[in-house]
Amino acid sequence: MSEIRKNRAESAKNKKAAFGTDVDLLQFQLPAEDAADDLDLEALTHEDRKQIIQSGVDLEDADRSGTFVQADHRIVHCAAKQRGLEVLPMAKALEQHRWLEEFYWQAVQVDADKYTAQAELHFQNGYFIRALAGQRVTTPIQACLYMRHDKTAQNVHNIVIAEEGSELNIITGCTTAPRLQSGLHIGISEFYVRRGAKLTFTMIHDWAEEVMVRPRSGIVVEEDGLFLSNYVSLKPVRSLQMYPTVRLTGPGAVARFHSILVAPPGCELDTGARVVLEASHTRAEIISRTITTGGTIKARGHLIGLQPDVKAHLECHGLILSDQGVIHAIPELEGHKSGAEMSHEAAVGKIAEEEIEYLMARGLTEEEATATIVRGFLNVQIEGLPPELQAEVDRAIEESEKSML
Amino acid sequence: MLEINDLWVDVKGTEVLKGVNLTIPSGETHILFGKNGSGKSSLLMTIMGFSRYKVRQGRISFKGEDITKMPINERSKMGIGLAFQRPPSIRGVKTRDVFSICNNDSESCDMLAEKFEFSELLERELNVGFSGGEMKKSEILQLLLQDPELVMLDEPESGVDLENLEILGKAINKLLEKYLWRKRGKSGLVISHLGFILNYIEADSGYVLMDGRIHCSGNPRELFKGIQRHGYRECIECQR
Repeated sequence: MSEIRKNRAESAKNKKAAFGTDVDLLQFQLPAEDAADDLDLEALTHEDRKQIIQSGVDLEDADRSGTFVQADHRIVHCAAKQRGLEVLPMAKALEQHRWLEEFYWQAVQVDADKYTAQAELHFQNGYFIRALAGQRVTTPIQACLYMRHDKTAQNVHNIVIAEEGSELNIITGCTTAPRLQSGLHIGISEFYVRRGAKLTFTMIHDWAEEVMVRPRSGIVVEEDGLFLSNYVSLKPVRSLQMYPTVRLTGPGAVARFHSILVAPPGCELDTGARVVLEASHTRAEIISRTITTGGTIKARGHLIGLQPDVKAHLECHGLILSDQGVIHAIPELEGHKSGAEMSHEAAVGKIAEEEIEYLMARGLTEEEATATIVRGFLNVQIEGLPPELQAEVDRAIEESEKSML
Repeated sequence: MLEINDLWVDVKGTEVLKGVNLTIPSGETHILFGKNGSGKSSLLMTIMGFSRYKVRQGRISFKGEDITKMPINERSKMGIGLAFQRPPSIRGVKTRDVFSICNNDSESCDMLAEKFEFSELLERELNVGFSGGEMKKSEILQLLLQDPELVMLDEPESGVDLENLEILGKAINKLLEKYLWRKRGKSGLVISHLGFILNYIEADSGYVLMDGRIHCSGNPRELFKGIQRHGYRECIECQR
């Protein structure tokens, strides 16, 4: 099995991705150290610890039901505090659970492109998180993938399984050391939401200016399952391209994606989500709020309705705060059966002068009025998001406002 | 309180006001009548300082100070308030947040909203999905919180149903301190199409604006009666 997989990866190791700038993988070093060698939390520098905390990770594990921290390819911290919850490094999980092979590279194709190939050929751990059947893990589990060394590549593979009737809330804060300028992060993430389960996945990215990021995610949602994804990227990053794909395979399955993106000058974000509504009565929603202050954003979305009684909506709203910036909304609707109810709404533009002046007539200065409108634009109240996670999203937005305006 | 001398204004190169002269003493409320497109809203937007309205000639002074080139927010701080005819919808910005810009005392904001049956709308995005009447009510309540000395109302009664007209009328009445007639400090400049507003305010003078010029002035009730009987034709005759 693994031999076939390796061969497929080998055959794809030079395969360009369908979207995004092509990254020269040879520019980024792979670690020479032994991947099994763990790193003690105490061994991290004060600067590293501070950066990890800033990404939203609580190193004391307070108000968290589990924690996973990986620095480069080394595990720093891994713990589950609740019964019925498993949090393991991926290598260990593959050893412990033979059955995991059935889920490994199933939601994402190993030979999809050179990045998936590299993740297989140069595996550097990642996390395995699983809620056992019927377990409601409502307190968030935190995960942090941290890059410490300049010009290196981090290739992780994560699997999350919410077993039948369970509930999981995960928050991940991916970040880099303040001294790091460039790097490559490849993250394979496979999510399995079993029958009647609920999985909320909130990802807040905080990379460095020259970092290339290529997440590759696949999600399978079974009958009456719910997958809720929130993605926030407000800080500079050289290039980020991802296009997670969800398959709603069971009747009544639901997927919702919310993204909040800011592209400063020099930044290229090419993101979106694709949802395949394979089963009857499935529903999907993709909502993005994007702002450019000089960078380029491609906001994609693709809804594919294969059954007549599905419902799906796509919404891309973009705000251009600098004439140097570009926002390109690419919404796609693909209906295969009559009766599928699918819609989209896209709007890209500057803040209407009329709105700024209206608030000025109430007493705000032009700068204050602009800030109020931008804050409102980004203030997406995400339905079903636990208050702790909404607070994290709000905090990230509040911080970014200072540099944006 | 407000003095306008020989005001000429362009919007995108088209003349919308052609030599308007107007004086509103302290404590007086004046009414502007006129057909659609006659320049009534343009006059109010120019007094507030909106950038689309370019003053080509003339002067606007408020409380003795020349405000012709003053930024909108400074005019607001000086005591000029405008209830818009068609306020913008602002996604993501809660109505409550805009109310608190007008007055940061959240208690008065809640009390006022409750009194005028507006509480539920406070948590909604500003004007998003609001009915015409709800927008008008929002505008008047914002002015009540702002408490300006010069109250400008742009067609406050249009699009409002009968039940809400009564509530709105009372709010406007409060805004312009109708019952403090003798010692009234507030001044008003009000645009009206339907004349309903005359039942709620103590209007001192009326004008008919046509093609960017003030054609006639006089007792607002008499003027309105004339317009009801003969339309705006009589104003042209009157001018001749």
